Amino acid sequence: MDPKIAVQNVFFTYGDGTEALRNVSLDIAPFQIFVLFGPARAGKTTLLRLFNRLSDLIENTTVQGQVLVSGRDVFERSTDVIDLRRRIGMVFAVPTPLPGTIRENLTYGLRMAGVRSRDELERRVERSLTQAALWDEAKDRLSRPASALSGGQKQRLCIARSLALEPEVLILDNPTSGLDPLSTAMVEESLHDLKQRYTIIMVPHSVQQAARVATRAAFMLDGEIVEVGDADQIFGQPLVKQTEDYVTGRFG
Amino acid sequence: MKRQQTQKLAIAVITGAAALVVIPIVLVILYIVVQGIGALSWEFLTARPRNGMTEGGIMPAILGTLILTLGTAIVCLPLAIGAAIYLAEYAKDNRLTRWVRLAIVNLAGIPSIVYGLFGLGAFVLFLQFGTSILAGSLTLGIMTLPVVISTAEEAILSVPQEFRLVSQSLGATRWQTIRHQVLPHAMPGIITGIILGLSRAAGETAPILFTVAAFYLPSLPSSVSDQTMALPYHLYVITTQVPGMPLSVQYGTALVLLLLVLSLTLVATVIRTRMRRRRDW
Amino acid sequence: MANLTEFARERYAQAALRARPASIWLRRGWSETLIELLIRLSGLSTIAIVGLIFLFLVREGLPTFLDIPLRQLFSGRWYPIEGLYGLWPLLVGSLVVTAGAIIIAVPLGLTTAIYLGEIAPPWQREILKPLVEVLAGIPSIVLGFLGWVTLAPIIQGLGAPTGLTALTGSLILAYMALPAIISISEDALYAVPKEYRDGALAIGATQWQTIWRVVLPAARSGLAMAVMLGIGRAIGETMAVMMVTGNAAFVPDLGLDMPLSPVRTMTATIAAEMGEVAQGSLHYSVLFGIGIVLFVVTFTINLIAGRLVGSVVRRRGGQL
Ligand SMILES: Nc1ncnc2c1ncn2[C@@H]1O[C@H](COP(=O)(O)OP(=O)(O)OP(=O)(O)O)[C@@H](O)[C@H]1O
Ligand SMILES: [Mg+2]
Repeated sequence: MDPKIAVQNVFFTYGDGTEALRNVSLDIAPFQIFVLFGPARAGKTTLLRLFNRLSDLIENTTVQGQVLVSGRDVFERSTDVIDLRRRIGMVFAVPTPLPGTIRENLTYGLRMAGVRSRDELERRVERSLTQAALWDEAKDRLSRPASALSGGQKQRLCIARSLALEPEVLILDNPTSGLDPLSTAMVEESLHDLKQRYTIIMVPHSVQQAARVATRAAFMLDGEIVEVGDADQIFGQPLVKQTEDYVTGRFG
Repeated sequence: MKRQQTQKLAIAVITGAAALVVIPIVLVILYIVVQGIGALSWEFLTARPRNGMTEGGIMPAILGTLILTLGTAIVCLPLAIGAAIYLAEYAKDNRLTRWVRLAIVNLAGIPSIVYGLFGLGAFVLFLQFGTSILAGSLTLGIMTLPVVISTAEEAILSVPQEFRLVSQSLGATRWQTIRHQVLPHAMPGIITGIILGLSRAAGETAPILFTVAAFYLPSLPSSVSDQTMALPYHLYVITTQVPGMPLSVQYGTALVLLLLVLSLTLVATVIRTRMRRRRDW
Repeated sequence: MANLTEFARERYAQAALRARPASIWLRRGWSETLIELLIRLSGLSTIAIVGLIFLFLVREGLPTFLDIPLRQLFSGRWYPIEGLYGLWPLLVGSLVVTAGAIIIAVPLGLTTAIYLGEIAPPWQREILKPLVEVLAGIPSIVLGFLGWVTLAPIIQGLGAPTGLTALTGSLILAYMALPAIISISEDALYAVPKEYRDGALAIGATQWQTIWRVVLPAARSGLAMAVMLGIGRAIGETMAVMMVTGNAAFVPDLGLDMPLSPVRTMTATIAAEMGEVAQGSLHYSVLFGIGIVLFVVTFTINLIAGRLVGSVVRRRGGQL
């Protein structure tokens, strides 16, 4: 199968001269959970934000190389960035409900896309909440402020909010960083179901979590991809010494 | 110990100096209130001046100041908020932006009498608006720009970056993000800045001297090309230009102006604290 | 069956989401493009406005510098009725009043800022800061009025022939410049890292020694900026000054009693005389010429202040 996302020889530099990505190449096949892991400041977030061009929000950056989503380079001039972002959902490390009710959060992207139909919006609310395993807890309080949810619920709301746009890819950047083990387990479980329908790219909270959820995995270090492989291989018999050290906890 | 004595002395001097700043402020306000409260009456607030302005009320001046404040808002707000959004959300870190910032800093530093000259040259004479509410509002509006721009920009910048990231990651355009996420949250700060700016404009005399203010008018203004009386100028006139003016009328006028301006400031502060408490991040 | 309809509906909705032309103009709609254009224009308009202000001042005031010989401009006689336009007395008037105000306001302002930032307990700060804001909010005409009815008689009691003197103006101006000086100094003190203080206190310095030897030196560029902007405020103030300085266009004699002589500032001259001049006359032009001088002076002061601490200016925006 053609890769959903293909990264080809990407270099990325921030305005202050930080070389965050150095010659990164990567293929991500559809309908799987691709885990991108590595120590702090490896460049994971930087790489993820190229996929939906959220990197545009930072000034004075330079990019080289290609990032292909469904075969088309996102940095091409003709790319419709807004459409790209609708096709690629993103969930951030800190659960960030927008101020407003749960329903307003879920329908925000759709409303901004010009969807007006009440029925359509309601239907998407229910579907996305169900997919994010939040429907039962939230169905009676859709008109309440999203800020009243617990941390784990908030993060599942953020997942649901991305899913409401029916994206092709779902990116999760360390989505369980602030969550308790139970909430973490619930998020992981919903991911497991979601990979049937979406291509999921995730930065995990820990190596353990990476091993639990990954179909494939890539180890990043200092802006470079050290090793890519199937989860079993990466977490079982890593080929590169640095990967092995990191996976076995001898890193640093 | 000498060190300890110096310390004690220094602290005492500093405290004394602070008192020297603060106590007169309180005294000034109390004094005006005490002296002016006797003149305040329903008639004073709602009647026109009579008998060479020594009797009757100051309604035309109050009304004029309210009209001018409204005019100032209409001129200033769209430009100021637009400029604040530009600086906070659109401006890149380049030379052009530095010029814009320099321009704003300098606008803030230009003396109000110079704004008055500008208003005279540009609006009254060149554009031939004459001494009119239109010319006065334009002058005051431009003078108020820098205050409103800088407070509004600060308010916009204080909206957490996460909201912008989340909104745009959900496919909202930049403007949609500003419109639906940034501005609602910056609103308390923006409103505070607006009211502060307007309260300053309401109390200004120099910019309206040659652009709109009238010494005395027998009738109320009926269009934006009329002149109007205004509280600050009226206070100036009855203090220095009209001999035999009863002191109580002067104090009464000063008190009304002070109350108007300070209540605006108070409203701004209340809005700010209220809406801050309501924020939910 | 139900599933099938749902599936169809879903695809349809997705198609609706996707079926958008790629052109940015069309996709975002002309209204959004228009709004963004307006936003950019309002940002750039600030530059245009500064330019226009200068342009109109020059347009009306240029004859001052073309038609009057420089020697006369710098002479000591301001006597427009006889066609004598010596700016010297007005410059000196502004200078004397402003200098007096700064001499009073800077020590008071700095110490108040030190008190607020370093000494006052929080509950006092909660009360005092708004009070200083209130002072900033009192219209200059009200302070001028008070100066006229209360302060002037007191000054006259000091032995001056009249209560309307440079000193009266300086006192009123000092209080008008105080809020700006206090708030910028406070920012400057606040920006001094806490470690500096802790370090000094740890080696046994008293609080005063810490403030005097460590905090103030560290904050000096910010404090200098506070002084500059205080000067800018004071030079440009009009109404209060016009009411209480006596408006005598003479160069006061140098001496101890100089503060007790009446003076006339540039701002007051414009405000007092513009109402009486014929538009287009030389006198009219000269008043605009004084406006040019004021514009250039305040512009320069702001530039210098901006150079002093670029970051503080940027942080505070235009609100100085
Ligand atoms: N906005 C920015 N400006 C300048 N440098 C940045 C910026 N964001 C990140 N960096 C730098 O780029 C490098 C990669 O950062 P990035 O956030 O992508 O790492 P990460 O792998 O996501 O780390 P973490 O696990 O801590 O989230 C780091 O050296 C970081 O300091
Ligand atoms: Mg990261």
